[in-house]
This record gives sequence, structure tokens and C-alpha cells, in this order.
Amino acid sequence: MKKLTEKLISATVSRLCIRANTNLRPDVEAALRRAARLEKNARARKILRQLLENARIARAESLAICQDTGLPVVFVEIGRDINCLGLDLESAINTGIRGGYEKGFLRNSIVADPLSRGGSTGFGPAVIHFEFVPRRGLRLTVLPKGFGCENKTQLKMFNPTARGREIKDFIVSVVREAGPDACPPYTVGIGIGASADHAALLSKKALLRPLGKWHPTDHVAALERELLREINDLGIGPMGLGGRATALGVHILTHPTHMAGLPVAVNISCHVLRSASALLK
Amino acid sequence: MLYSNRKIIRLRTPLRDTDLQALKAGDEVLLCGTVFTARDQAHRRLVDLIRGGSGLPLDLKGQAIYYCGPTKTAPGKVIGSCGPTTSSRMDRFAQPLLEAGLKGMIGKGRRSEEVRRLIQKHGAVYFLATGGAGAFLSKRVIRARPLLFEDLGPEAVYELTLKDFPLLVGIDTKGRDVFEM
Repeated sequence: MKKLTEKLISATVSRLCIRANTNLRPDVEAALRRAARLEKNARARKILRQLLENARIARAESLAICQDTGLPVVFVEIGRDINCLGLDLESAINTGIRGGYEKGFLRNSIVADPLSRGGSTGFGPAVIHFEFVPRRGLRLTVLPKGFGCENKTQLKMFNPTARGREIKDFIVSVVREAGPDACPPYTVGIGIGASADHAALLSKKALLRPLGKWHPTDHVAALERELLREINDLGIGPMGLGGRATALGVHILTHPTHMAGLPVAVNISCHVLRSASALLK
Repeated sequence: MLYSNRKIIRLRTPLRDTDLQALKAGDEVLLCGTVFTARDQAHRRLVDLIRGGSGLPLDLKGQAIYYCGPTKTAPGKVIGSCGPTTSSRMDRFAQPLLEAGLKGMIGKGRRSEEVRRLIQKHGAVYFLATGGAGAFLSKRVIRARPLLFEDLGPEAVYELTLKDFPLLVGIDTKGRDVFEM
């Protein structure tokens, strides 16, 4: 049994906060580069090149890629060999968030009271999802989620007899409604099945899959491809000013659900799709 | 989609009516001079001050507001990452600020039909900055100082001095909207 310390967890989370916010994921950068290469619209191409230049400056100068350094969402996968007995994982993670956001000169975007909008919590707390997994080690993943795109999230509870067309129309309509506002080109995370709350979680988790990788199940991957094509046919483009690149990827996660329902959650990420992950062993 | 074949236009604050009237939605602009940052809570306060009759603590005549809440400034830097935030959240505050003489708004995304009409009525311009390019844009800010509402942290009003800050005309003085072209 491996025993981890709170100190190691905090230090790791700190490092991941800074890495995620200043170092654009290689798969996202590659997808932007590919989009710039394929883009026929001159202005869209210019914007995509600006975004690549932005990523370069952020990495070189350890500057936040975007000033919205997000609401930190942390995924904790606890392997079978990890002994958490007596560890205050939640506090350790939030200490790490505070440390990372301070050290990285990231923005404190969190208000303590969602109604009065008052009070500072001094960074965080993160939204933390704990999960026990049939693997070894403890994996920490930090996904700082910008809120321009988070605000475009939608959940719809379909009838179980809904046709594929209805589901696709809903997902495409979420992107159409987001339009130019949430910093396209987007990555579209989709959770299908389970319950309302779990579908929403799956839609966020789907953003962690590297761009360019499709769902391992054929009919789900086919749906992802069809959706990507339809979304790019919207012609929203970078900054919403037209062009081919409306989405860089469409990622679906599914889960068994009740025979009476079909939850579909859509969580959009802006082009600054950030996450960083570390495995403690 | 409209392509602007016109050359890049240099503008300076305070914005002059004649310069603004020459702009067309889709034009590329490089902005120099000072602008004020303000986002949700700062807008609410500014508008509360106007409605409360106590007047504004800053003169908005011919000025531009940048919808932006930068990251913290690291030592040796002028400012942190400082891209635009979603403009539509500020739609509900546009009228009193335009009536106070505001001539430019800088942000990202669409504006409401009401704001489009107000922009036309007041001969103002809505500019777009590239969303999610805060590191890139920080290189075009040569000076930054907190001005008002420092208790709001990143939502405080800062006075930024810009040098060749790259923008696109989103809605021009005639009410033409780049997203509708």
C-alpha cells in the first residue's frame, strides 16, 4: 500500500495549475495548427495564427494563456494500491490550488457567495471529483474551466424513443446558440446516458480526451464525426467571424441509463482547452 | 463573410467623431492611448452612481471601455494576461454609459439589438478583440494602473495605455454589425 502525503498532493496540484494555465495542451495546439493550415478564410487564418502566437508567448513567459484562468475542476483517480487513510485530500488539493494560482500570478475569479457575489475565498475552492479506479497510483488532473464557455452548457432529458436526428439537432443547436460568444473554435464535450448530474460530469470529462482521438466504440465515433461535420458546417469560425474551424473536436462519453430516459449534456470548451495531469506512484 | 480590403486603421483615444464615422464593421484597427477596463461588477457600480445622481468618478467623454479583468501582474511585467470577456453581459449597462459620452466598447462576441441601436444613436463603435489571446494582447499594453473599485480585485477599473492594440470593428456608427454581414 502506497501512502501519499498531503504536502506532495498540494505541491503537485500547484504545479498542474500553472502548467495547465500557461502551457497549452500539445493536442490543442496541434489542432489549432491544423485548423490554420486547412482554413480558407483569410481572416479566420489570421486569427488562428494569433492564437498560436498567443500560446507561444504564454509558454515562453509563463503567462496565462487566457486571463480567465477558470474555475479549477480537479479529477482525482484513486488506484487500488493507494492508502488515503487519515489524509485530508480535499484540503490538500485546495491548498495546492491556492499555491498554484498565487505563484503563477493567475486570476482569482472565484466569488464566495454566488448570490450576493461578495466575499473572496482567496482562490478556489476547486470542484473536485473523486473516483476509485482499477489501476495503480493516484492520478490528479486539473482542468481550469473558463466561464465564457461554461455559461453555454445545456442539459436535455430526451424521451428514450428519441431519434438520433433529434439528439444531433440539440447538440448542434447548443453550438449555434453559443455562436461567436464563447471563443470558437470549440471543443464540444458530450455526456449521454446515466442521470442528469452524471451526464453533466461526463460532458466535462469528455474534454480531457486528447483531440484527434475518437471514441473507441464505432457507432459513437461515427456520431462524433457526423456532429463535427455538422458543427463545422455552421460556419461560425474563429471569433465567430466565419470560417471552417467552428470546432476542433467533438468528444462523447456514454453511460448506461434508465429505460425511461435519455439524458444528453453538452459542455463547450473555448479554444483555450486547458488541463494538466500527473500520476503519483 | 465580408472581407475588409481596407488597410489597417490607426486610432487614438480620446476618440474623435470624424474618425469613428469613417470606420466600417469588419475594419481592422490598431488602437493607441488610454482605455478603462470594466466588467460586470464595475459596470453595476458605475451605473448605480449615475442613477443615484452622484455622477461618475471618471470622465467618459470620447473614451473607450475594455471589458477585461486581467490576471495578476508578475514582477517586471506591465500587466498580466488581458484578453476580452463576453460583451453581452454588459449589454444591460450600455445605455447610461453611452449617454455619459462613452464612444468605444471593446469586448468579444455579439451585442443585443438594443445595444446595436444605441451604438448607432450615439455614434459610438463596438470593437472586437481576439478572445482567448490574453498573453498576446498583454504585449500591446504599455502602462496599467488601478483607478477605481480596487476592492473588486480583477474586476476593478484599470487605466490601460495601449500601443497598437489590434481590434476589429464589430458594430460601426451606422449600426452595421460584423456578425450580420
